Amino acid sequence: MISSLLSSIALATELPKSPPSNDFWMPLDASTFAGDIDGLYDFLFWVSAVSTILIMAVMFYFIAKYRAHSREANEQADETSHHNTALEITWSVIPLFFCIAIFVWGFRGYVDLRTAPRDALEIHVQGQKWKWLFTYPNGHVDSDLHVPVDRDVRIIIQSVDVLHSLFIPAFRTKMDAVPGRYTDLWFHATKTGDFPIFCAEYCGTSHSDMLTHAIVHETGGYEKWMDEIKAKLDNMDPVALGTLLYEQQGCKTCHSTDGSTLVGPSWKGLFGKARTFADGSNTTADENYIKNSILNPSGQVVQGFAPAMPTYQGKLNDKQLTGIIEYIKTLK
Amino acid sequence: MSSATTINPADLGVVESSPEENYITHDKGILSWIFTLDHKRIGLMYLISVLCAFALGGFFALLVRTELFFPGPGILTHDQYNQAMTLHGAVMVFLVIIPGIPAALGNIIMPLQLGAKDVAFPRLNLMSYHLWILGALFFISSLVISAADTGWTFYVPYSTTTPTAVIPAAFGAFILGFSSIFTGLNFIVTVHKLRPPGMTWFRLPLFVWALYSTAVIQVLATPVIGITLLMLIVERAFGLGIFDPALGGDPVLFQHFFWFYSHPAVYIMIVPAFGVVSELIATFSRKEIFGYKFIAMSSVAIALLGFLVWGHHMFTSGQSVLAGTIFSAITFLIAIPTAIKIFNWIATMYKARIHLDTPMLYAIAFLWVFTIGGVTGVFLSTMSVDIHLHDTYFVVAHFHYVMMGGAITAFMGGLHYWWPKFSGKVYPETQGRIGAVLVFVGLNLTFFPQFVMGTRGMPRRYYNYLPEFQGLHQLSTIGAFTLGLGFLLTAIYLYTSWTRGKKAAPNPWGATTLEWTCASPPPYYNFHDTPEINRGPYEGYAQLRFDKDIQGYVPVK
Amino acid sequence: MSDTTTEHGGHGHGEAVYPYTPHHFFGAKQHFESGKLGVWLFLVTEILFFAGLFCAYTIYRAQHPEVFYWAHFYLDTFWGAVNTIVLILSSFTAAWAVRNAQLGQTTLLRINIVITIACACVFMCVKYVEYSHKFHDGLLPARHFAPVHEVWESEHFVHKHPAAAKAAARIVAGIEARTAAGGKTALDTVQPRDGALALVPVSEGHAAEHGADAAATDPEVLAAAKAATESKLADDVWLESEVKKLTPEERRPLEMAGVIRKPADGPIAFARPAKAGIFFSIYFFMTGLHGIHVAVGIGLWIWMLTISMRRKFGDTYFGPIDFTALYWHLVDLIWIYLFPMLYLIH
Repeated sequence: MISSLLSSIALATELPKSPPSNDFWMPLDASTFAGDIDGLYDFLFWVSAVSTILIMAVMFYFIAKYRAHSREANEQADETSHHNTALEITWSVIPLFFCIAIFVWGFRGYVDLRTAPRDALEIHVQGQKWKWLFTYPNGHVDSDLHVPVDRDVRIIIQSVDVLHSLFIPAFRTKMDAVPGRYTDLWFHATKTGDFPIFCAEYCGTSHSDMLTHAIVHETGGYEKWMDEIKAKLDNMDPVALGTLLYEQQGCKTCHSTDGSTLVGPSWKGLFGKARTFADGSNTTADENYIKNSILNPSGQVVQGFAPAMPTYQGKLNDKQLTGIIEYIKTLK
Repeated sequence: MSSATTINPADLGVVESSPEENYITHDKGILSWIFTLDHKRIGLMYLISVLCAFALGGFFALLVRTELFFPGPGILTHDQYNQAMTLHGAVMVFLVIIPGIPAALGNIIMPLQLGAKDVAFPRLNLMSYHLWILGALFFISSLVISAADTGWTFYVPYSTTTPTAVIPAAFGAFILGFSSIFTGLNFIVTVHKLRPPGMTWFRLPLFVWALYSTAVIQVLATPVIGITLLMLIVERAFGLGIFDPALGGDPVLFQHFFWFYSHPAVYIMIVPAFGVVSELIATFSRKEIFGYKFIAMSSVAIALLGFLVWGHHMFTSGQSVLAGTIFSAITFLIAIPTAIKIFNWIATMYKARIHLDTPMLYAIAFLWVFTIGGVTGVFLSTMSVDIHLHDTYFVVAHFHYVMMGGAITAFMGGLHYWWPKFSGKVYPETQGRIGAVLVFVGLNLTFFPQFVMGTRGMPRRYYNYLPEFQGLHQLSTIGAFTLGLGFLLTAIYLYTSWTRGKKAAPNPWGATTLEWTCASPPPYYNFHDTPEINRGPYEGYAQLRFDKDIQGYVPVK
Repeated sequence: MSDTTTEHGGHGHGEAVYPYTPHHFFGAKQHFESGKLGVWLFLVTEILFFAGLFCAYTIYRAQHPEVFYWAHFYLDTFWGAVNTIVLILSSFTAAWAVRNAQLGQTTLLRINIVITIACACVFMCVKYVEYSHKFHDGLLPARHFAPVHEVWESEHFVHKHPAAAKAAARIVAGIEARTAAGGKTALDTVQPRDGALALVPVSEGHAAEHGADAAATDPEVLAAAKAATESKLADDVWLESEVKKLTPEERRPLEMAGVIRKPADGPIAFARPAKAGIFFSIYFFMTGLHGIHVAVGIGLWIWMLTISMRRKFGDTYFGPIDFTALYWHLVDLIWIYLFPMLYLIH
């Protein structure tokens, strides 16, 4: 428990954080949806609050006014009628009008949420236990979502294992990731900044750690970032590349670098160490072993760990694999 | 028909003088309880069992809330937390709230209220109880082996691939489904066939109407969760393929099947609570319920409409816009009969004479808390807003307000109301009021901050959370312990009142329904002579007067 | 109901109190009517219970009609028909038994119950025979689905579509020859290959999940895989030309059974239909659940037999037989739906 406490402190520095909002209820409104949804929410809130307070006020008034003093006094309730159809109809029809209005308003908002415009920038995301991997149009894969401001963006979502759900509160949108099919969501970001992304469908042990960032770049910033990242990755020395991939590819979620045990073994001191596997066999952790572990992780599972790691076959090229191996070598 | 010398038990007032022998003392020995056919004994056993399960579910809740006091890891590991939250949900839903009011209070009181000697099928009733015990044992076995960590909703594919003991838990829920079906079946036949002469449908107490509506849902909806759980078990054990995309299945199909039952299930949880609240408000306002027919019919309407709205749990699942639209529209419709009830109850209090004993405090708490829970349901049925709120703490707050604040509060009210009747003892009123206040305060303190967390984006079923939510979580945890304290105090004084309390009068509250015409506790045969009903269930307050020597009401002579 | 005394029953109603009327009922009529309502409610729950499965059947049939055509060749209509007749006969004797109970004809009642039980046992035996054939042939629910014979080798298919069967055998021989020479057989393709999973090779994700050895790691193996891909392309071209050569009489049945298919984004495939195992999942689940209900029915009838030895039925007391027969009729009715749905319609 102590080690996981320590590792969570290490994670905390990279945790997403909501920018301050000037609304009591809602996060900062960072997409075109927020105006409509926040407006509808406020309407719902005020109608609910006012009607609840009114109803409760009437109730408390009756309780105070018609309170009986003692049972011995045998006070009888006044003679009143016990039904009033007109009243029943009135207090059915008035709420019904509100319901219809709210329904229509919500319906229109929903259709907007679900109808991605044509010519939206399309980014793919894959949810898996327990990270999100975004694939950009140029093929770059990143664990953060980078988008340009003031542009329609459509995210095409899939899952490789269980249900997940991509939830970006600042954009007021959410959609489940369902294995075996594509789902999508879209948004049009209106503010630059760094907003949290959560997984909103329970998916197991580290469901609550499946966090990442939605980074909205100012105009021109997104293209600049794409160029920079490409150049950086192309020119990066292997250790730096490995360090970056450790975070981006989500290795961090399950493998620590400080010796603490998370879902998977720590990378600290890994290189060159002897490894014993679940079937009793053993080997030394050299370059080939590490490469195999990344591309075929369930082939040799270290004793005491579950075969929970997904494969990166097809997702990491040789250069990236080398980078990770070199990075691990530096973690003595 | 009855001769002139036969007493009519339906006349207000006690028919039999308190016999030394009542349903509790009638037969001795543990076997006479395990194999009893007496609905009152079965109901009492259910009550004790449900309260024990409530304590277990509450224990898990406090574990969860303690863990969530700090944002990072605490007293539990990730997996232990997931197991605790699953068991909290599963135990509370399947072992406590669904059986709760119908099987415990309903079994004891309903035949008495109806004027019958027992339910239609006493042996089936006993089997329902034994099935509850069996289901509970399966849950416990899951707990002992490696408690399921799927969430109480068992969504696939996680539930078909996780290594924890899902099959015992799912099988336990399957068995509990049969317990529920048989209780529902029994109640429907009882209300149809065992009414005494003169007891027309519109002379039934509203508690009976509520139990009847609930029974209809139990019979129609529960088989579907049965087959769903069976499919889940077969998928897990044999790779059925129905929910696995690799084998050609569809995970969303599971959600449809699951919610087809589980939405009506929430009406199984709340409609009996409505029935209890009707009884409490009438009795403690000493006035006939306003809008009786509307309240009765609205229970039926809610029961039936409840079958058509399951997709409102699935707006983000990838289901089509059309499907979502239909589900949302019908969900809004359900708000109307629910609102009608609240208005009618408050209208009952107009020009009434209100006594604020503990049951009434719970009823008033119900009105406050259920109104909040109910209107927040409207937020969630609004499609665009639900996209933001789905799977956040807003949902958690909503359903706890209606389940804890609705069903459990009403259960507590009914428990205190009928306590003198089935225990024959008086609970201490001051302590009762303190308990009610603690529960009310705890309830609001625990769950209101969760609405705020939810709109701000805090997702549910989270072990770790971002530090920005910490303050609200801490408020919520403090509330949870307050709530626990309230229940603990209640349990203590109820226990001491059972063992050492003062003797209760047959009709301490001056109620007009039939169960109050028997002694407290009732004899094992309920009524010596078959009642003949010639009045409505809430007529006759003026014919009762309070006798302070017995601390109960007697007929005005 | 146990034989409790009726000292507290029957007051104020004037109904006949039959010896077997429990104390909480006013009389025999109320007792009977309650039981009747109760058993009908129970039957409603049974229908809803099976409804979920019928629903699943309908959805899959609508989405994958070729699977159902393909699969029905594996089912033995003869045994299915035997079971149908046997159950209908047992329903007849059950209904007759109710009449016997009403008229107090105890001997005939017992005979009819025994025949009903016997028919039910025959049903279970036939089921056992069918199931053991299926297990033997590798026709198991989805995950364990591994048929020993392909559909074009099954007796039923050969009998119905001889030309298509021959053509299929010819193509398979050709594929096997090419595989032996180093190509990649298309018959391995039981994995779904719809476009939806194009971004991430499903076989990898699922292989990792289920621990199978999937990915190649060695440069030599990678090179071999590359070569295999190239030869697969050549195989695809060959398969396409072979299929074009088929006459309609040869090709239609194979297309209807989903054996020959051309998915939107891939080459022509010659294999079992995608998601074929689903049929057997549904088959075993539905017939298995039904079989459990038959077994329970046998138990109920045995119970009725013992009651008929201890109690006297007559025109005021025949409820237990009536209600058991109602349950039995429902079990029969469900089979009458299952039989055509699984065995007959294609």
